[in-house]
Amino acid sequence: MSQLHNRSSESHKPELIINAGSIDEVRRYLAAGVDAVTVGDLTYAERLPGSMSASDIAQAVQIAHADGRSVYVVVNKIIDNRLLDGLPGYLRSLEQAGVDAVIFGDPSVLMAVKDHQIDLKLHWSAEMTTTNYMTANYWASKGASRTLLARELNLEEIAAFKRHADHEVQVQVHGITNIYHSKRKLVKHYLNHQGRELEPIHQEDGKILYLIEVERPEERYPIIENENGTHIMSSEDYCYLECLDELMEHAIDSFYIEGLLKSVEYNETVIRSYRQAIDAYVSDPASYECQDEWLDAIHELQDPGRELTFGFLFKEQVY
Amino acid sequence: MTITMSREEMLGLRRKLATPELLAPAGNLEKLKFAIRYGADAVYIGGQQYGLRSNADNFSFDQMREGVAYARQHGAKVFVATNIYAHHEDLPGLRDYLSELDRVGIDAIIVADPAIIETAKLAAPNVELHLSTQQSTLNWQAVRFWKEEGVSRVVLAREVSMQEIHEIKEHVDIEIEVFIHGAMCSSYSGRCVLSNHFTDRDSNRGGCCQSCRWKYDLFVSEEEAMTESHSAQLFTEQDNSFTMGSKDLCMIEHVPAMIRSGVDSFKIEGRMKSIHYVATVVNAYRQAIDSYMKDPFSYVLKQQWLEEIGKAANRPLNTGFFFEEPDHEDHIYIPEEKPQDYDFAGLVMEFDETTGIAVIEQRNHFRPGQEVEFFGPEGTHFKQVVGPITDEEDQPLDAARHPLQRIRMHVDQPVKRFDMMRMRKRMS
Repeated sequence: MSQLHNRSSESHKPELIINAGSIDEVRRYLAAGVDAVTVGDLTYAERLPGSMSASDIAQAVQIAHADGRSVYVVVNKIIDNRLLDGLPGYLRSLEQAGVDAVIFGDPSVLMAVKDHQIDLKLHWSAEMTTTNYMTANYWASKGASRTLLARELNLEEIAAFKRHADHEVQVQVHGITNIYHSKRKLVKHYLNHQGRELEPIHQEDGKILYLIEVERPEERYPIIENENGTHIMSSEDYCYLECLDELMEHAIDSFYIEGLLKSVEYNETVIRSYRQAIDAYVSDPASYECQDEWLDAIHELQDPGRELTFGFLFKEQVY
Repeated sequence: MTITMSREEMLGLRRKLATPELLAPAGNLEKLKFAIRYGADAVYIGGQQYGLRSNADNFSFDQMREGVAYARQHGAKVFVATNIYAHHEDLPGLRDYLSELDRVGIDAIIVADPAIIETAKLAAPNVELHLSTQQSTLNWQAVRFWKEEGVSRVVLAREVSMQEIHEIKEHVDIEIEVFIHGAMCSSYSGRCVLSNHFTDRDSNRGGCCQSCRWKYDLFVSEEEAMTESHSAQLFTEQDNSFTMGSKDLCMIEHVPAMIRSGVDSFKIEGRMKSIHYVATVVNAYRQAIDSYMKDPFSYVLKQQWLEEIGKAANRPLNTGFFFEEPDHEDHIYIPEEKPQDYDFAGLVMEFDETTGIAVIEQRNHFRPGQEVEFFGPEGTHFKQVVGPITDEEDQPLDAARHPLQRIRMHVDQPVKRFDMMRMRKRMS
């Protein structure tokens, strides 16, 4: 521990990231204070706040780079044969756009980068299966420079992950998480079973489909259906703001805010709170205290149907 | 055994067909023996650690040694499932565990996590690596990656189509295994943490509590808030609940197409299933595979195989993603209803051809007057009514009441040692 505190705090300033679904969102989130945004195209990504074309992504890179910020592109699709033909070309266009990294889970992305000698930084994310540093170091040895941790890890596991990882570690600190992903179109099937059709009632209209399990009437699990299948999301929003200093003590490299299913105003507020916390800690770790007003600002805009929680940070899981 | 296909049958392709491996689950030593007796070329088991069925019996190293010895005698292989996604606390001990598997003589481990793959390369050099379906591998470039990493077989994702299997086999020379029968995750395998979020049980370390089969109600919010006052329900009181639970996979009607796809290993799901289930399902596929390989041109799907599969089925069946994407008919919305349910009543231990008397080891209560059915790996298949039964000292019995009790009874047709006797479950 003492070793951590002796290092210069500046070198430990963690990055703050959010996902954005449009150029407008990119601009607004950068203005609110993130160091990087993630964007993507739904053809190659599982779920996004909005799908952006390669030219949109190139524009986002220009905007971010002009201000010394970064753009990462989500290419986390579970890829099938049909997508392989277009993959190298897509990755080449991202390389040419100058994106700062590509987030991948499927090994075919590694093969494309290697076979076609595409110069891209790679961040490894296999979502809920990124659970130990040894596996992360394996993917680092294949070319990944960062690992995005599973959201079902506790603080001890996160700290050990960073201690043993030979590359950067990113932790989701706020927002919803994906807890189930199927190729099947479950909402469509269910409505067909009832003899009904699915109307276009997705989040474009600000409407959210959600499930309630019969024995958990207070827990609402959003369900997103897109061309990649069905995604069931957590009933809670993670909020690690009060533990951010602990995560910074453990020298976590990057903090991710999941902006999915939230308004831009909400996300801007979350960014501002975390921004202030990071800046305050970095400028003077010894006298850092989490300020109520940072949390209050988020609570004010928080959906009353969704609880803010510490996720798995202090949980023990059994099996 | 190989067969050269005719031009007609292969639509212009001419190639050798290889007999696929039939790979069966074995939840314990007894199931292992039955799976092999009834026709499995290989079985997969779980050890005390690192597998995905923490509730199953699972094998100690001693039991594994006995299982491997039995399998060797019968020309079969034994694989061990070590397909968790490890957390840090699972890493100490991993090396010792894997090297013990090597010493036991296990043929392969089924593995998803590269931490375990890398450890096994060092600790268990004689054990083959089979990439688990938990990696959800769908494309041939990913298969090529794993081949280069030293994996000798890839168990494909349950979302692959027949066409995609063909493409993968065309592009990469590696053994391919697919599930052909049994229960399925409706999610991409490994990409589900419902159990973690509902019950703090880690689904990717064997704690899955099958939340996908629970009942849910579907709502839509009116605004970006999910409170009750702002939501509409997308069901009426008469509607069945929403669920993610899928029907079970069954490819018994498509064995020729599966063989022609070039799949090297046909896998049956179900380490938690009964001996009766494993024996019945393995027996049906064994007969279908052998019948096709013996003479593909005169192959006919036998009604008997379908009926046999039906006797072991736990849920309605379908063909998964092999031919087309599943739709609303491939999920189980209505309360599950079993058309027939059978018990393993007894096991044939001896048979005297001259008297027609068999010695049966009791596995479930039965009595004279009940209809039973005999079946076995060498063609035994008939029904009869149980006549008078006696114990081994020829004392008459009114019922076979005690587990493993040996009784004597007349059988209507010849039976063989290890043929099974089943009967319909009594309605409770």
